[in-house]
Amino acid sequence: MQVWKLIPLVALVSGACTTAPADTPADTAAATSHLSEPVKPMPSRVVYGADPYPSTYRPLPSDDVLIRNATVFDGLGGEIKGGAVLIQGGKITAVGSEAAMTLPAGIRTIDATGRFVTPGIIDIHSHLGVYPSPGISAHQDGNEVSGPVTAEVWAEHAIWPHDPGFTRAMAGGVTAMQILPGSANLFGGRGVIIKNVPARTAQGMKFPGAPYTLKMACGENPKRVYGYGGGRFPGSAPFSRMGNIAGYREAWQRATEYKRKWDKYNADFDAWEKKTKTPAEKADDKGPGDPPNAPDRNLELDTLMGVLNGEILVQHHCYRADEMAQVIDLSKEFGYKVSAFHHGVEAYKIADMLAKEEICGALWADWWGFKAEAYDGIRENIPMVHKAAGGCAIVHSDDANGIQRLNQEAAKALADGRKAGIDVSNAVAWTWLSRNPAKALGILDKTGTLESSKAADVVIWSGDPFSVYTRADMVFVDGAITWDRSDPARRPVVDFELGQPGEGDVK
Amino acid sequence: MIRSLLLAASLVALAPAALAQTVAITGGKIVTNTAQGVIEDGTLVMRDGKIVSVGTGAPPAGATVIEAEGKWITPGLFAAFSRVGLAELNSEDPTNDTSAPGSDFQASLRAADSFNPDDTAIDVTRIEGFTRAAIVGSPANGLFGGYGALVDLSGGFQSIFARDVVMIAELGEAGAGAAGGSRSAAWHWLLTAIDDAKAYPRGFEDDGEGDLISRKEAIALKPVVEGRVPLMVEVHNASDILQLLTLRQREPRMKLVILGATEGWRVANQIAAAGVPVIVNPLTNLPDRFEILSATLENAGRLEKAGVTVAIADPNEATHNTRFILQLAGNAVANGMSWDAAFKAISSVPATLYGRTDLGVLRQGAIADVVIWNGDPLELMSSPDAVYIAGVSTPMESRQTKLRDRYLDLSEPLPQAYERQ
Repeated sequence: MQVWKLIPLVALVSGACTTAPADTPADTAAATSHLSEPVKPMPSRVVYGADPYPSTYRPLPSDDVLIRNATVFDGLGGEIKGGAVLIQGGKITAVGSEAAMTLPAGIRTIDATGRFVTPGIIDIHSHLGVYPSPGISAHQDGNEVSGPVTAEVWAEHAIWPHDPGFTRAMAGGVTAMQILPGSANLFGGRGVIIKNVPARTAQGMKFPGAPYTLKMACGENPKRVYGYGGGRFPGSAPFSRMGNIAGYREAWQRATEYKRKWDKYNADFDAWEKKTKTPAEKADDKGPGDPPNAPDRNLELDTLMGVLNGEILVQHHCYRADEMAQVIDLSKEFGYKVSAFHHGVEAYKIADMLAKEEICGALWADWWGFKAEAYDGIRENIPMVHKAAGGCAIVHSDDANGIQRLNQEAAKALADGRKAGIDVSNAVAWTWLSRNPAKALGILDKTGTLESSKAADVVIWSGDPFSVYTRADMVFVDGAITWDRSDPARRPVVDFELGQPGEGDVK
Repeated sequence: MIRSLLLAASLVALAPAALAQTVAITGGKIVTNTAQGVIEDGTLVMRDGKIVSVGTGAPPAGATVIEAEGKWITPGLFAAFSRVGLAELNSEDPTNDTSAPGSDFQASLRAADSFNPDDTAIDVTRIEGFTRAAIVGSPANGLFGGYGALVDLSGGFQSIFARDVVMIAELGEAGAGAAGGSRSAAWHWLLTAIDDAKAYPRGFEDDGEGDLISRKEAIALKPVVEGRVPLMVEVHNASDILQLLTLRQREPRMKLVILGATEGWRVANQIAAAGVPVIVNPLTNLPDRFEILSATLENAGRLEKAGVTVAIADPNEATHNTRFILQLAGNAVANGMSWDAAFKAISSVPATLYGRTDLGVLRQGAIADVVIWNGDPLELMSSPDAVYIAGVSTPMESRQTKLRDRYLDLSEPLPQAYERQ
């Protein structure tokens, strides 16, 4: 009979894989128990770390500051005229009337008379870093087209932190974004949420505590890339929208079985562990025996299992209304939730269904017609998704240029919505740019609105942010000034731009 | 409300009497694009498709008066570069006539021969205030992409009002690729094609071909090398621009237009001195290619200050989102261009680029392309209330507005397929 030495539980769940197999040799040096047999170290439960490429992000140095005399959009839909935002220790500590705030003596102030203050913009759909500028062949790192199901690839492993696009987005007031793999595949891989700060590594940009995401794609792209093999038909499955859904189902079924194996393993291990702690009652008790064997690891199914366990948020590229409806049923069949449909050019046709299912629509203001599934795009898509009771509309870019002007895209959508009789205030429209994307990314508890104790991810605009003539004057991430239009020393120049024509120029 | 407005607009467009009427638009802020500048509380009178007067007087007796207090009145917008009417769905080859990579003909192709007045992008573009567009194909098998044409955006069968107004070509990275792999190959190709066309018909008499191009291509290029039609060259890099400008000495008769000019600000004085107009996308600010490393949002404004004639358009948003030109112009202003130059860059400058002084301006005798806006036309949240093409009020509806109206209320009892305006 063997005796197992308990290992503190915390060690089991920390860090990278702890793969102690069940046949660990006995630790002969260990102390003996009352059973006077050699004690073996307690085999640890096989647990693969959920965060093997952890964030090393640290907020840039910051001063406490009071932004005063501004028109404030709080990101919750409220507008405060002559308002103030107090930032201390990188956090928002007060929003509203300056007179009602307790201000520390000598706090730095920024007079924002005539200017607007908003939460930083969050782009829920970007390929910066994985499709960086310059867009040369060597930089095409956003689509792992080796197969239609590549849930095992992670966007963060390809992010080039020196993409000049990050700084351009900064100038557009973008403080956080989701970097996604492309839409070639049914399952494109894991997305990652980053803070928009200059860094030497992708890890240095990773948003601490943000969940992982999974990129999926509907429609024409997977068919074209695989079935039509880049013009060499026939390629391989999927050839059709039928094949797309079948491909999803086949993968989710494998993930379901994989999860079942791990759930069983964990339950068996629990039972075994319990037995090891229970003293033998009879002399002939054979004890707990060997611990259960862990299932083989599968990196692709790890990601899908993360979705089924509710830990990884699904971001599904899908244009047509009918396809979104199919995907909603798919998600119910396998027991997961779609966080947001991306592009959703026909989302307005099923705005009620999306609202009922609590799925956000991450949408363009006016892109349309570049392919058949984008043919029915309309300029009122965003406000029509918003207007459904409980609707969640998000303005997204999917574009290194569009990400620089998401406030302008919101303005167009807002104006077109009003013309169609959808009455939305400017302050409420800002929820499309920060609160709603934060919600769909699972980071609303940390950013996305101007509320006390949240990260001070804030933009000071030169005027009404829905005017074409307005620019971002200052951008704060965790209270630190990452961008200042009036200060060349706070306009980052990435490595690629050094020694090149236009270095340090206004961009 | 929306339905009744749309219906009214459609009826006006269909009414044949509209042309014979005198229409006066009063009380608005009139942007003339002429020496008259901006007229506050102005009156514009049009009749028989032409502008009769622009000023501050009372409307003439008997005129149909349109009150436009608080509105802006401008010339119809003119897309300096567009492919509207050439592609219904970019990704579906049968509907996409923007280029012909499989054709042996290139310079001798004519965009006008591909133009589809039923293209749904035409209405979509017109209701945003565009009344005219230059439509230009894309080089796909060599340096030249053929002749561009001018169209109005009425969607009618008679939309094409000027053919063969410009020849498109490309140099720089794209031209190098098309010419066999290098800039020197592209430049040599361009000069050889010019020489062939100049020599035509000499040199084509024995075997029917010149050094490089075929008889048909030489015939097509003849008006270009003789300076009767401008050559529009897409080029972005500062050095490539300077090389193109040497053509002004070699071929003084030829007229040039630069498309792109992303690094134009670095050689703005040379462009101005050469008298070559440019069509720029003022929002290009990423070093997306090695030929545009110095791209900046201030390019358009810097070119203006150097005295360059600037038009604004985006060749990459030229089919379905030609309307994006408005946002480009507004952003040019946000980054240093004057409002006056930015607005002209999307109206009168494109017209004059293609030899039309009777469009893009509001003056007596000009064609009555007029837009009534609910605010500053360059602002994102402004939009046209009415769009007149040659004096005719056009419907403010498109396939997109019909889709919108069909789905605005999802609670209606019958399926949407039964609902039409």
